[in-house]
Amino acid sequence: MSDQPTTPPSLYAAREPVFPRRVKGAFRTMKWWIMGVALGIYYITPWLRWDRGPSLPDQAVLVDLANRRFFFFMIEIWPHEFYFVAGLLIMAGLGLFLFTSALGRVWCGYACPQTVWTDLFILVERWVEGDRNARLRLHHQAWNAEKIRKRAVKWTVWLLIGLATGGAWVFYFTDAPTLLGDLVTGQAHPVAYITMLILTLTTFVFGGFAREQICIYACPWPRIQAAMMDEDTLTIAYRDWRGEPRGKQTVEGNGDCIDCMACVNVCPMGIDIRNGQQLACITCGLCIDACNDVMDKIGKPRDLIGYLALTDETRERNGQAAKSVWSHVFRLRTMLYTVLWSGVGVALVVALFLRSPIDMNVTPVRNPTFVTLSDGSIRNAYDLRLRNMHGADAQFTIAVTSDAFVTLALEGTEGLTVVVPANETMAQRIYLTAAPGTRAAVNDRTDVRIWIEEQGTTNRVHHDTIFNGKEAGND
Amino acid sequence: MCAKPVKKQPQQVETTGHQWDGIEEYNNPMPRWWVWTFYATIVWGVAYSVAYPAWPLLREATPGLLGASTRADVAAEIAAVDAANAAVKAQLVAADLNAIGADPGLATFAENAGAAIFRTNCATCHGSGAAGFEGKGYPNLLDDDWLWGGTMEDIHLTITHGIRNTTDPDARYSEMPRFGADELLDEDQIGQVVEHVLAISGQEHDAALAAAGATVFAENCASCHMDDGSGDRSLGAPKLSDAIWLYGGSRAAITETVVNARFGVMPDWNERLTEDEIRAVSFYVHGRGGGE
Repeated sequence: MSDQPTTPPSLYAAREPVFPRRVKGAFRTMKWWIMGVALGIYYITPWLRWDRGPSLPDQAVLVDLANRRFFFFMIEIWPHEFYFVAGLLIMAGLGLFLFTSALGRVWCGYACPQTVWTDLFILVERWVEGDRNARLRLHHQAWNAEKIRKRAVKWTVWLLIGLATGGAWVFYFTDAPTLLGDLVTGQAHPVAYITMLILTLTTFVFGGFAREQICIYACPWPRIQAAMMDEDTLTIAYRDWRGEPRGKQTVEGNGDCIDCMACVNVCPMGIDIRNGQQLACITCGLCIDACNDVMDKIGKPRDLIGYLALTDETRERNGQAAKSVWSHVFRLRTMLYTVLWSGVGVALVVALFLRSPIDMNVTPVRNPTFVTLSDGSIRNAYDLRLRNMHGADAQFTIAVTSDAFVTLALEGTEGLTVVVPANETMAQRIYLTAAPGTRAAVNDRTDVRIWIEEQGTTNRVHHDTIFNGKEAGND
Repeated sequence: MCAKPVKKQPQQVETTGHQWDGIEEYNNPMPRWWVWTFYATIVWGVAYSVAYPAWPLLREATPGLLGASTRADVAAEIAAVDAANAAVKAQLVAADLNAIGADPGLATFAENAGAAIFRTNCATCHGSGAAGFEGKGYPNLLDDDWLWGGTMEDIHLTITHGIRNTTDPDARYSEMPRFGADELLDEDQIGQVVEHVLAISGQEHDAALAAAGATVFAENCASCHMDDGSGDRSLGAPKLSDAIWLYGGSRAAITETVVNARFGVMPDWNERLTEDEIRAVSFYVHGRGGGE
């Protein structure tokens, strides 16, 4: 820190444009694959079909907000089963903890949509405008016909990618082929167009212009991740004890780093990894590819920049060998996260297979708690909510069991069986009556169990509730 | 995170002078686009307060240039819902009273509309759960005992014209004599007939007095309440032989009824509710467990 008074720094700084150079290598290849798979899943999934019978949609993955159903291949989730979504979110959270504690910001570097789409946008940029040097030249060049043409082409392709991104998003919420037809003919709901417009513009701005600014300033995840890493977490590091002092190889005493700036030029975040691990680094591994390429050319060992844990750094500085990657990945902490993650997963799968295709909620009517009939018997009313999760209508027979004697009647029908339409919820009021002077009529509270059974199957569900009698003094 | 040598030159980045355990706080400038975003929110805020109601004045807020009004929005939404419901309301009016329940769409509409109408208009006397007010003369609508009948037609007629009101000539009407106050019966006779009523409703009673009361009952009460006390729905004369009492079934309450009579009144709702509303609330009341 300087004791000299310096001019105050400017309060606001313009963004430093970043022009990542093309790079080849193991990590770049892996990123291309991940990008292809991730974008493929995103764009193709809404078009997969899954036959569920005549009264249900045949889209494999569908969030049907209007009818409050979520379809995922053979699984159908109703609003009352939202705990499955909560469970998946918990798994996603634990999964991120696991990967962050083992491999640092691996999500940010490889799988985050911001990274994937920015990568795609940079690819387009390179196709249209050329590699780093050509883009730098174009950036500094006056607005002539060439610059206007290249910018127009680039922005058009970006907008088309953005449109496809927003388009793919809305397909998840309604039948994709129908919606595509409606979108093209201008008949789709305004919400679909507005959603697509917003997503097109955010994709265009975030992927094309904001890029690393999103990661550095807008995203909370990097801040949280810093708290989840420890000294065994694998992050990207520069082996300064091997590389420094940097400079020409012809000069005696210089390290392996020839200061070629390859690692800086390929970095999509515009940082210098040789300054050490830092907040802006998304650990995408491109600097490793770039540096290995240079090391191969000058005949030095690879991995001047590489995945390294803090403990290994200390060991290597002391001349010891680094521990194996696996000893960093398989630790008590990561094991614990794995166990928790699998535990939630197993619980969800078990819950999924144990759930009944029929279901019921029981709301005892408490206003009033009981009704006295003209013969003196006591009647309680219950509002049932019957759910038929089949694709076809189903007959539900309602029954009641109790230690005390109570009789059952249904509102609006003589029998004890009702038809619940396919894939619907139906309200049905039922009445339980206790004859005058019997146990249930006299006691304050009697336990009763209400059953539903789907006719022709063994599906049955019960719900315990209370019968309120006319207790002494409660007249 | 780690104690790497800081390679950033101090003259490049100002520090705030804060230092903890050797960690210095850099004073990096804010990104310029962020400042623009901040200015944009200010512009948005000013524009919004001009375009929409914003600044509170003495009586009301500034109206805003766009004329936005949440009250008008609600009125428009209600009008839109009314327009959307016009068809089903017409269907409800045209339907046979006993056929409403057979049509699931119509039944759902009548049930929900009826519930809202009941809570707004009927709950004051009959209670939000339709259980009435036992002993105070507000009938329980959930049970199987009806003064004027519990079929859809009976309930519809009662709601339409009301009971013993002065505003509707078609209102259901009957009047119980004030046997005590008008000296139609003496005190002994009243005591006897009360014991008889206690007897036919299965309550504790004095058998000797009740036997004498049977004669009094046959001469004075049976013309409306019938010989066996089973009542007459065409006159709104309650059944006396059951467990349900409108004004209470104790000896004191029955004596009070015989001496001063009762005169329960219900408004005619045809002036306040439309036919479709009356039909909806009739269906709702009929479906509470007591409907016949």
